[in-house]
Amino acid sequence: MAWPEKNLPTTDASEKQSLGEGIFRLCGGCSVTMPAEELDANWGVCPSCSHHHLIPAAAWQQLFCDDGALDEWAADLRPQDPLKFSDGTPYTDRVKRAQKKSGLPEAIQIGGAKLHGRPIAYGSFVFQFMGGSMGSVVGEKITRLFERALADKLPVVLLQASGGARMQEGILSLMQMAKSVAALERLRAQKIPFISCLLHPTTGGVAASFAFLGDVNIAEHGALIGFAGPRVIENTIRQKLPAGFQRAEFLLDHGMVDMVCSRLEMKDTIGQLLDHLCSGSDAG
Amino acid sequence: MPVVLPFEKPIVELLDRVRDLRELAQTDSSVQAELELLEQQTAEVARELLSQLTPIQKVQLSRHAARPYTMDYVNRLCTDWVELKGDRRFAEDEAIVSGVAKYHGQSVVIVGHQKGRGTKENLLRNFGMPHPEGYRKASRMFELADKFRLPVLTFIDTPGAYPGIGAEERGQSEAIGSSIAAMARAKVPIIATIIGEGGSGGALALGVANRVFVLEFGCYSVISPEGCAAILWKDGSLAPEAATQLKITAPDLLRLGIVDSVIPEPPGGAHQDADLAAAQLDEVLSQSLAELSLLDGDALADQRYNRFRALGTFES
Repeated sequence: MAWPEKNLPTTDASEKQSLGEGIFRLCGGCSVTMPAEELDANWGVCPSCSHHHLIPAAAWQQLFCDDGALDEWAADLRPQDPLKFSDGTPYTDRVKRAQKKSGLPEAIQIGGAKLHGRPIAYGSFVFQFMGGSMGSVVGEKITRLFERALADKLPVVLLQASGGARMQEGILSLMQMAKSVAALERLRAQKIPFISCLLHPTTGGVAASFAFLGDVNIAEHGALIGFAGPRVIENTIRQKLPAGFQRAEFLLDHGMVDMVCSRLEMKDTIGQLLDHLCSGSDAG
Repeated sequence: MPVVLPFEKPIVELLDRVRDLRELAQTDSSVQAELELLEQQTAEVARELLSQLTPIQKVQLSRHAARPYTMDYVNRLCTDWVELKGDRRFAEDEAIVSGVAKYHGQSVVIVGHQKGRGTKENLLRNFGMPHPEGYRKASRMFELADKFRLPVLTFIDTPGAYPGIGAEERGQSEAIGSSIAAMARAKVPIIATIIGEGGSGGALALGVANRVFVLEFGCYSVISPEGCAAILWKDGSLAPEAATQLKITAPDLLRLGIVDSVIPEPPGGAHQDADLAAAQLDEVLSQSLAELSLLDGDALADQRYNRFRALGTFES
């Protein structure tokens, strides 16, 4: 039977839509062609159809942090290769490639920043670094983000974009879920706000640990968010998935997130939220 | 019909002879010496053979259809078992069993994945793959244990949390994350044992404990070898290589600091002698529980925090 194939959701969009060299960009949503500067100036959001294209962590930092300023924490952490893992290419080589591609040492940046003048503890996954996967360094930095926020009584804003736990560090990656959630629980016990932003995509071990444990969960417009990847589910149930499955709006409909937000409105929304949440307590 | 994996055959044949001889020895005491010798030889052959298994063969053993499951241990280790069901939100999930029981005279909360024996029970238990309701039931149990100051014993044995449409609609991710959080918070002793398959986040959701043990032929992995091979090489049949790369066998887990110790299994594996497997587990569990019972609630939560805080490797 030769039914025309429906386009599968692209889970590894970073590979396909990375803003390569060139003057023009093709919108992944409406296929309009536009000058690259126009798309970049609008933070990767298509002016015609509002399709959200992936943007690098540096752009998120510009978008979220006042004056684009981040006082980075634990910037010196580097991954190791505890399993001596190789899939044909050694893990250590994959890390080097990812560092070259992203210009960053690992798949997350954390630090102190200000959001509309309010000091916050800020973390941002780097999807361009091995799909934002969580190994020991990412788990450690998220844990330190929560611990530092607890010590300094800072609300946490964490931007997630991750395929999940990093296979190449095996079971140690899985343990990062427990480590980071335990730290988050200590933060929660002190009633310090945690705003969880689920960007495109947020799946696997990152989704199944802290991502849904925000006091407020904000999903980025159009983001793919879920526990299992769409292909895994299709292979399990042997059915095509319905349109819009695991997209941000689907999660909103099912009560898993508080709101779906355009990237362009996210900072202002979080500013408002923190005003409310911090007005009744000492935090922030 | 007992399932016998190809590499088990020599062991199973010897064990059958031991059983026959043991029966004979009940009426004919002259075979006693022969029996003891055969038992000793069988144990040696079994240990020798199983020590040479490849990682994927150990994975197969961890999934063995005859392996004791959570309730096989609960029935042997506990008395006064009262099963508690339901997540209070949507449904009962039979892929996780939970309840209260007496263990060495002390009331404890039990939470474990439960696979089924045979097709009918496996469908009921979804092959030990929980939906969000299973994890929400587990969270409820951890909170109940915390509230009534009861120690918790968990038993891990799952291919993973179920990846399906309903599971996603009802928040599989949130359910797992919340179960991890509830375990992290609890101010009571928690002991987790991987008795078979420890499949990823669906296993970890019952695994945030003060002590984590693995049975000799249990495995614990961030992703199944099949899933890993499918992602890395687009070929699930390369699972044996993935199993080797992922370092998921009991000795690997001990070396990486994931488990506190490896609990030996009877000759040929736990499924050859569930009573002995339970007895050997009992020894470790009872001793650990006695140790942990000396700590107060805050110290228990801190110990658990620090245990997981230390996991991970990086340069700084």
